[in-house]
This record gives sequence, structure tokens and C-alpha cells, in this order.
Amino acid sequence: MLSLVDLGVSFDGTRALAGASLDLQTGETLALLGPSGCGKTTLLRVVAGLQPPASGRVMLDGDDLAATPPHLRRIGLMFQENVLFPHKNVAGNVAFGLRMAGTSRGETAERVRELLELVGLPNAAGRTVQTLSGGEQQRVALARALAPAPRVLLLDEPLGSLDGPLRERLLDDLRTLFDRLGLTVLYVTHDVGEAFAIGHRVAVMKAGRVVQAGTPDELWTGPADSWVARFLGIRNVFTENDRCVVIRPEAVRVVAGSAARVVAAERRGAVVWLRLHTEDGRELESATTATDHPVPGATVGIEIDPAGVVEVPLED
Amino acid sequence: MKIAATLIAAVCMLAGAAYGAGSPSHSKRVVLVTHDSFAISKPVRAAFARQTGLELRLLQTGDAGAALNRALLTAGKPEGDVFFGVDNNLLTRALAGNMLVPYRPAALSAVDRRYDLDATHRLIPVDHGEVCLNYDKAWFTEHALAPPRSLDDLGRSAYRGLLVVENPATSTPGLAFMLATIAHYGENGWRAYWRKLRANKLLVTDGWEEAYEQRFSGAAGSKGNRPIVVSYASSPPAEVFFSGKKLAQAPTGVVLSSCFRQIEFAGVLRGASNPDGARKLIDFLLSPRFQADVPLSMFVFPVRRGVPLPAVFTQFAPAVPHPLELPARTIGANRDRWIREWTSTVLR
Amino acid sequence: MDKHGPAVSRLVLLKHKASRRTDWAVVIATAVPAAFLGLFFFYPLGSILERGLTQDGGLDFPSDVFFSHETAQIVWFTVWQAVVSTVLTLLAGMPLAWATARVRFRGRGLTRALVVVPFVLPTVVVATAFLTLLPTGLQRGVVPILLAHVFFNIAIVVRVVGGYWSRLDPRLWDAAATLGASPARRFRELTLPALRPALSAAAALTFLFCFTSFGVVVILGGPTRLTLEAAIYDEAARAFDLRAAAALALIQLAAVAAIVTVSSRLEARAGLVAPLTSEQAAAHSPSHRERVALVASLFGGALLLGAPLAALAWRSIETPDGIGLTFYRALGRETPALLVPPWHAILNSLGYAAAATLIALTIGGLAASVIARRSAGWLDTAVMLPLGASAVMLGYGFVIGFDTAPLDFRGSFWIVPVVQSLVAAPFVVRLLAPALRAVDPRLREAAAVLGAPPARVRREIDLPLALRPLGVAAGLAFAIALGEFGATVFLARSDHPTLPVAIFRFLGRPGAENQGVAAALCVMLMAVTTAAVLATERLAARHGAL
Repeated sequence: MLSLVDLGVSFDGTRALAGASLDLQTGETLALLGPSGCGKTTLLRVVAGLQPPASGRVMLDGDDLAATPPHLRRIGLMFQENVLFPHKNVAGNVAFGLRMAGTSRGETAERVRELLELVGLPNAAGRTVQTLSGGEQQRVALARALAPAPRVLLLDEPLGSLDGPLRERLLDDLRTLFDRLGLTVLYVTHDVGEAFAIGHRVAVMKAGRVVQAGTPDELWTGPADSWVARFLGIRNVFTENDRCVVIRPEAVRVVAGSAARVVAAERRGAVVWLRLHTEDGRELESATTATDHPVPGATVGIEIDPAGVVEVPLED
Repeated sequence: MKIAATLIAAVCMLAGAAYGAGSPSHSKRVVLVTHDSFAISKPVRAAFARQTGLELRLLQTGDAGAALNRALLTAGKPEGDVFFGVDNNLLTRALAGNMLVPYRPAALSAVDRRYDLDATHRLIPVDHGEVCLNYDKAWFTEHALAPPRSLDDLGRSAYRGLLVVENPATSTPGLAFMLATIAHYGENGWRAYWRKLRANKLLVTDGWEEAYEQRFSGAAGSKGNRPIVVSYASSPPAEVFFSGKKLAQAPTGVVLSSCFRQIEFAGVLRGASNPDGARKLIDFLLSPRFQADVPLSMFVFPVRRGVPLPAVFTQFAPAVPHPLELPARTIGANRDRWIREWTSTVLR
Repeated sequence: MDKHGPAVSRLVLLKHKASRRTDWAVVIATAVPAAFLGLFFFYPLGSILERGLTQDGGLDFPSDVFFSHETAQIVWFTVWQAVVSTVLTLLAGMPLAWATARVRFRGRGLTRALVVVPFVLPTVVVATAFLTLLPTGLQRGVVPILLAHVFFNIAIVVRVVGGYWSRLDPRLWDAAATLGASPARRFRELTLPALRPALSAAAALTFLFCFTSFGVVVILGGPTRLTLEAAIYDEAARAFDLRAAAALALIQLAAVAAIVTVSSRLEARAGLVAPLTSEQAAAHSPSHRERVALVASLFGGALLLGAPLAALAWRSIETPDGIGLTFYRALGRETPALLVPPWHAILNSLGYAAAATLIALTIGGLAASVIARRSAGWLDTAVMLPLGASAVMLGYGFVIGFDTAPLDFRGSFWIVPVVQSLVAAPFVVRLLAPALRAVDPRLREAAAVLGAPPARVRREIDLPLALRPLGVAAGLAFAIALGEFGATVFLARSDHPTLPVAIFRFLGRPGAENQGVAAALCVMLMAVTTAAVLATERLAARHGAL
């Protein structure tokens, strides 16, 4: 189990991490979610040992890692933009960690083959890094990070530079892989959908602190504060007199009536998102899977399921 | 491939090292410290080895002045056993530097008395040569001009722009020529002479190679355009010798009245690691075998009486009956001042 | 939450733990070059300076030499001819650097290698070649000196700037073009700032060589134009005024130290950190306009560099009996000019140069790895100083410094490679340090995270990525060692002459045969250099990064 206790890091006067704490269970994939600049990458670097924290501790299976240099931590890191070794070919990159561990030549070759097959690049061993496409580079970087069987795998926005369908496929592959291998993964992203898709649990970071951690359902049904709610993509956040109420879009049902007007109707895959303007000037968002939904301009009534309403603290 | 590269590098180094190493111990060799112009032919060198059982190793350290300075610098802890290459112009400097020990070889009695300038026998004469003005015969014939006969001629307008000399500060023949003019015109007249030469558009080079090989029109393969140069009395026979052809006449001539005597000396270095071998070498330098070799090796004349000269010398080398001379002590006392005065008169 | 005491003590503990781990590799990498320089440069130089500046045991301060009008004139001339030469060399070299770095054309590798050849030739030879080429009016004076300096030093600009240029990521320039920047704009705002470290390195080296130029100045400038180095030689070797020589040598050293410090500071502040990439990716096929520029650059280069070399080659086959290989055949024969058959000089040169290259790569490589991490320090200056020191004084220093056991090296084979490596190591440093500095630090982090301890990171990341510039450095070091004359002629044993020494000996003897053999030896020197440089390039390309 990986424990991050109250980590603090400052660069040139700005506090990149301000008391970040997190727990990661063995075999769990934890998605670390947050806007750019919130300290996610810094957190990863601290865990990997590339950045010494000014305060706080990193504990792995009960050991404080403060005195352990990065090459002895057995924590794998997949960088943003991959950072493959340009002077080695694919096999050379993947084999690197194994060589550092002193694995025999034969065993290394075997493992490299296994891993390349695992990531879906069975014939790429002899190719040079420069000839790989973005997606292929990603997979090689993954294989490389996995090769030395790290205790924890850190990924920094691994799908950042990839496009739509490729992304989906890779996300799928990653999830399957993590589960199959029973890896302990800390996965950093700024994309809510990605985080929810891949993480057993999701932690939300803001301004150098972890403000909430829980399963995707927990987060969705009970965001820690108004900021988290909005960050997760919930539009229906209403503040009044120091009190904040969040209404989940799927709890807003459209019925016959004249309480609101439909301003927009957007289909995203299986779900249609309706934007409604109420009589008293409020905007509401509704999510429905019905195919016979009202069109923009129509007047509708609103029914709110109280189970989908929750009061949350205001962000500070 | 990496292995191949390392191998090649290793072979290169080993070759060089093996070349350098494998030297016999000190008592089996004698080191002669000298200047770049020293030369000895292979059979003569082998003869030395046979006669004495010693390997002769040479250390050539620059021109005469530079080699001497280096020997002076290492006086007491010399880089070799014998020094060869002090000429009468630098005699006093060598003796003052306390770098030599006395040795009187038996063969000295066979040497003409006028060459033996050091009474303390620290410097033994080995060869002599004369520094003279050389001129390109063909050029003068072509231009229907009589070649110069005396130093005075060089100041005449007919000979404007024809002369190339070497800087006495940097060249041994240059120094000798300057001394010749001092010997001829005296302390009070030589500067005026050089002013005349300067007005007559003389060319000054740093060294003999450039003056003779590149500026003098009479040297074989030269693209120079000046037909008068300060060189040696042995330069005409050298031209014949190196032309490889059978010539009736030497292509260059010598202005006899301009010649200045140069004697070259050798001595045993103080602190040498093989003083015994050093003495044997000095003996050898005065032996008939070596003395007969010097004309064609170094283009100088032997000091030993009765040594036969090669044909090209007897045919083409001019006899210089009365070369100009200055006492070594006078030279030693005034040389630096004269050079400074020359520089300010001619170059500034 | 922290349950083990206040955060402050934790912080102190962390700091303490981090600093306790001394990086022994850095210590060794600093100590070895420092010791080498101390023993083989500072000690002999100190010995001869002491000899010159002390009189009867006390310091004889040569203030009269320092403050004389003559000295001021000499210093002034030395400085301005070096500045002008440097500017001209940079201007002349940039087109060729561009061509060999950014444009893909057939014969690129050969061009890069050939450009180094002038650098190798001894000054005597080059000056002679220029004398034969130039019309009489231009044969003496400042103009031939400047021309000869450009001829010699263009290699530095093409290799150092070109080498760096060839690894800049072209996508930056593509991006600028799509944003509307014209070629001239791109050059001014992207290229020049990006090249700043390489430009200052090349400028510093060129300046240093022109500043300490001796043979060229003496032969082509005539007896009235003296640089510091020529004046030092005058005083030390001829007039034997060690005091004056020592004073001038000190001035020269001080000037060089100043130049070096300034330039390394410029270099460390890398202008635009453009990521380095593979050379293949950086070079592109030329557009039509570029093709014209390419041809113009190559033609200009061929003219400037080729004409004197062609003149020499012609000299070597122009025998008295017509065109032929007589002089080449004579290379196997023994002559009075040299103590051994001339072809031995080729072997000697190769042996010495190989040894010198190994030493220079070791010393320079170690120094570069330290200098790259913490830029510009005493080590940087110390490594560069030998380029500015007088070869004469250093040679003398060796002669008097190493005359007693246990430092009795005078007659040893190794003394020549050591001295040659002193001159070659600065190039190695100047080529490697910028390249090492520009290695993406994340590559090192990636390696560390995969289990590589710091020493292994250096071996797996820094070293291979540096191998390409290491190859260039090896080639240049080898060429420098081959052509080194000033100190070698001083210290090489007469029965082991190098090619430059042999050439000099033959040039000094009368007769067309000797001159022809000298020219033939020059051609051999050119051939050996070209082969050596090409070979090292190929080796490095096969094995290093990219």
C-alpha cells in the first residue's frame, strides 16, 4: 500500500504541493484528477523520487521512502510524451529496466517479447523509436515501465497526445491490462471521463491538495464541495446564502408542463443532455436516455428526484 | 566494429611505443645535441658504431641559436653528451654559460691553428664555411648587368631591388653578413651602409630557407625574382649537386669580397651521462672519415688538414682567400647591441 | 499525518541524508583532469616562468617590459588581427556549416572531413602555399595573415557550429515558418539565438588560435609585424632574454584566461534551448533556392580551401623531368635531411596522434562531464589555457622541469602525446560540454526510475548520446595531434620525427628534390588526416546515438 502523507513542495515561491495526502491500496488503480497546474505531475515526481518533498512522507508498504533514491524504489513512471531512449530501439528500451536489475540475456529477451505482445506490438522489437507512431510509442513506453515489475506504476497523462478512437481503445487495453496483472496504479489525468473509466477510485486535486478521494459513484453522488461538483461536470450547482445545493442531471426529469423552456438538446452517445431555462431565470441540465426527448424551443415541466439532490459545502 | 577500432588504436600506440622504447642503456649510446642543419651519412654513422661500439643518437633542437639557448637552459642537466653547433659568433655566449667541460683531443694537432679559437679547449673546431653574397648568373646575363663585385656595389642604383638578406636577429647567415659589413665598414660606417641598402629597396626575410628557396631567383625550383642573396660559399656546388645533371658551370656565383668566416665547434657537455662516450665522439668528429663526409652532408668545409674534397666542391666551390673576420670576444660583447641597432636602422 | 515529530526536524533529516551521499564519480572526473593539467601544464610553465622572473633568488619584476611602448604595440596588433580574423572566419564558415548541417547532399560526409584538412597542415607549409598562390603585391602584410587564418580555422566553425546545428530540431523552424516568419526572420530570431553556445565556442577557439598564431605571422607578415607569440619566441629562443619572454608569456596567459572565462559564461547561458534530435531528421533535401545557396557555399569553400591545397599537390608531382611520382618514390629512401626514411614519419605521426587522442578524450571527456553539470568554473579555464600558452615556453618548461627523477620524462615516447593532448583536450571539452548539457534531463530520470544508479545513468544515457560528438571530438583531436608542430618539434626525438617535423626538415634543405619530397609528405599528411577523420565519423555514427 502506497501512502502519501501531507506532501509539500515549493518552486520559486509557489507551492506546487500544499499538504497532499493519499492512500493507494495494492492492486488498485487510483485516478488522480485535477486541472492543469494543480500539482499532479509534481506529486508523481515526488512519489518516483525525482523531486524531494520539502515536507511530508511517502510510505510504501510501511517503509518511508525518503532515503531511497529513485533507482532503488521500484516504482515505474510513464512520462508525459513518453521520453523513449532515442539511441536504443524498441527492444532496447523495453529491456532497459531488466538489464538494470541484472536479468540474464535469455530471460530478458523472453520478457521483452511477452511485454510487447501484451501491449499489442508483437513485431516491433527491432524498430527504431523514430519510426513509431504516437500510439505505438505510448505502448512501448508502457511496456518499458512494466518490464521490471514495479511495485507501483505511475502514469502521467499517458493518453494526452492521442486522438479519439485510439484513445478509447488504449484506455480499454490499459484497464484490462491493469486488472489482469493486478497492478497498483496511480493514473494522472485532467479528463474526468478518463479518470472515471480507468480508476477503481478517483482522487481530485486542487491547488496542491487532494480535496476528495473515493469511487466514481461516491464522487458523483457526493462531491466534496461545489468546486468538485463543477469540476466533475455537474452544471446544476446552486448557491444561496452560504448554502450550496447540487442536483445531478440524471435526477432532473422532463415532463409535460410549462415550468421551463428547452434551450439546447445534445446527444452524446447514449445520453441526451438538455439545457433548460426555468421561469425564474435558472438554468438546469437534464440527462436522459429517452429517444423521444423534447427539442429546443419546447416548453416542459420539471420533476426533480430528491435522491439526486445533495447539499454540499461551499468551496473555499 | 568497436573492437576493430580499439584494436587499430592499440596497434598504433604499440607501434609508436615499441618504436620509442627498446633503447639501450646509457653507457651503450652517446647523444649528440645539435641544430637542425646537422647531417651525417649512414655509412659514416655505422663506422662510428663499429669503431667505438656506441650507438650515436641525435637530438636536433632548432637552428643554431635556438639549440644553443636550449643547451644553456639545461646547463648541468643536459639532454645529451656532446653539443655541436656553436659558431664563432656565439662562442662567448656558450663559454659564459658554463655548459661545457674541457677536452683536448689528440687530433687537434691536425687542425689548422686559425680555427682553434678556444684556448680552454671547451669548444673544439669541427668545420668551417663562409657566408657570402650569392648571385644568379643567368639573371644578370639576361638583364645585361654585371654581377656585383663588392659590398659597395649593392648600394648603387643599378642594383636597386635585387637583394634579399636574412634578419641577423633570427638567422645565422644573416648575422654573419651583418658582421661582415661591420668588419668591412667599421663601427662608424656600417649603419650608413645599411641605410643605403634600405633606400635601395632590399628585402629582409626571417630565415635562410625563405630567402634562398623562395626569394632568390637562382635557386632551383624557386619562383623568386631577386638575384642576389646572402648564402654560403658552398651554395653553388650545392646547386650543381642537387640538379642531378652534369653542368659545366655553377648556375650561381659568389661575391668573394663579401665573405665572412664561420667556424663551427663542438664540446663535451657538463653533467653528461656518458662523458667517456662524449670524448670518443669528439675524437670521431675530427677523424678523417667524418671530416671527409661534411662537405656533402652539411655543405661545409673540413678543418682537418689534408682531407680530400669531393669533385663538385673542387670544381665549383670558390676559394675564399681572405674572408672577413671579427674577434670572437668583440662579437660577444657587441652582438646584441649591433642587432638592436640593425633592427632600428633597417626595419623601423 | 506526521506523527513522528515536528516537520522542521524532518526537513533537516532529509537534507542531511541527501548531502551525505558524495558522488565519487564527480570527484574523480574533476581530480583526474586537474592533476593532469597540474603536472603537465602548470608545473613546467611555472618552472620556466620562475627561471625567467627570478634573479639571484629574488623576484625580478619585469615592469619595463610590461609597460613599454613596444609591448603595447605588440599586444594591440595581436588583438586586432585576432578579432578581425575571427569575424572573417565566422562569416566564411557559416555557409559551409549550414550546408553540411542542414542540407542533405551527396558528399556531405566527405565535405565535413575535408574541411578539417587545412587545420592539420603545419604553418610552414600553408604559408608557403599562400606565397606561391598570391600575387607579389599581396604576399606580405595583414591581408595574407588574415587569409591564412581563415584558411586554417574555418574547420572550427564548420565542425563546432555545424555539429551543433545539425542536431537542432527543425520542427521549431517549421513552426515559425507556418506562423509567417521569413527565412531572414527565422535566422535572426531562431537560428542565431539557438546557435549561440556553439558560436561562442567556435569564436573563442578561433580567437585563441589567431591570438597565439606564430608561423603564419612570421612568414606572411614579415619581420616588422609581431604577435605576442612571435615576440616570445624571439626573446626566448633567439635573444635568450628569458625575463622578457616570461613577461610576455604572462601577458598572453592573462589575456587568454580572460577570453576563456568570458566565452564560457556566454556558452553556459544557452540562448535558446532547442531540443536535440537525430541528425538524419534534421537534414533535409534542399529547396530550389537552397540549392543555389548550397552550390555557392561549396564552390566558395572549394576555392578558399582547395586552391592552396591543390597548389601543394601540384608541387608534389611537378618533377624536373615532367609530371611524375618521383618524389613519392623517394619517400622510401633515406636521405641526409632526415635520420630515417620519410615514410617512418607517417608511422610516428600515427602512433603519437593515436596516443594523444586517447589522452585528450579521457581528460577532455572527464572535464566536459563536470563542466556540463556546473557550468564555467576554474576547471573550464584551466583546460583551455594550454591553447593560449606559448608553445616555446611550454617546451622549455618541459625541458627544465622534467630533468630529474622521478619526473625524468625528457626522452620518453609519451612526452609528445602528452603535449599534443594538452592542445587537443580543449577541443574535446568545447565539443562535448554543450552536447552533454543539452541532453534531455528527463531521459536521465526515465533511466533512474527504471533502476539505473547514477553511474549507470551516465553510462547508458550520457555516454551514448555524447558518442556522436565524441566521434567528432576524436577526429578533431587526432587531426590536431597530427599537425601539431610548435611543441612537437621541440620535444620529439630526432630519430622519431613526425610528419610536420619531417616536412619542415625537407623544406629547410636546398634543392628541388628536397622541396618536392616535402610537398609529397604534405600530400601524405592531407591523405592521412582525411582518412582518419572519415573513419572516426563512421565509427561514431554506427555506435552512438542517432
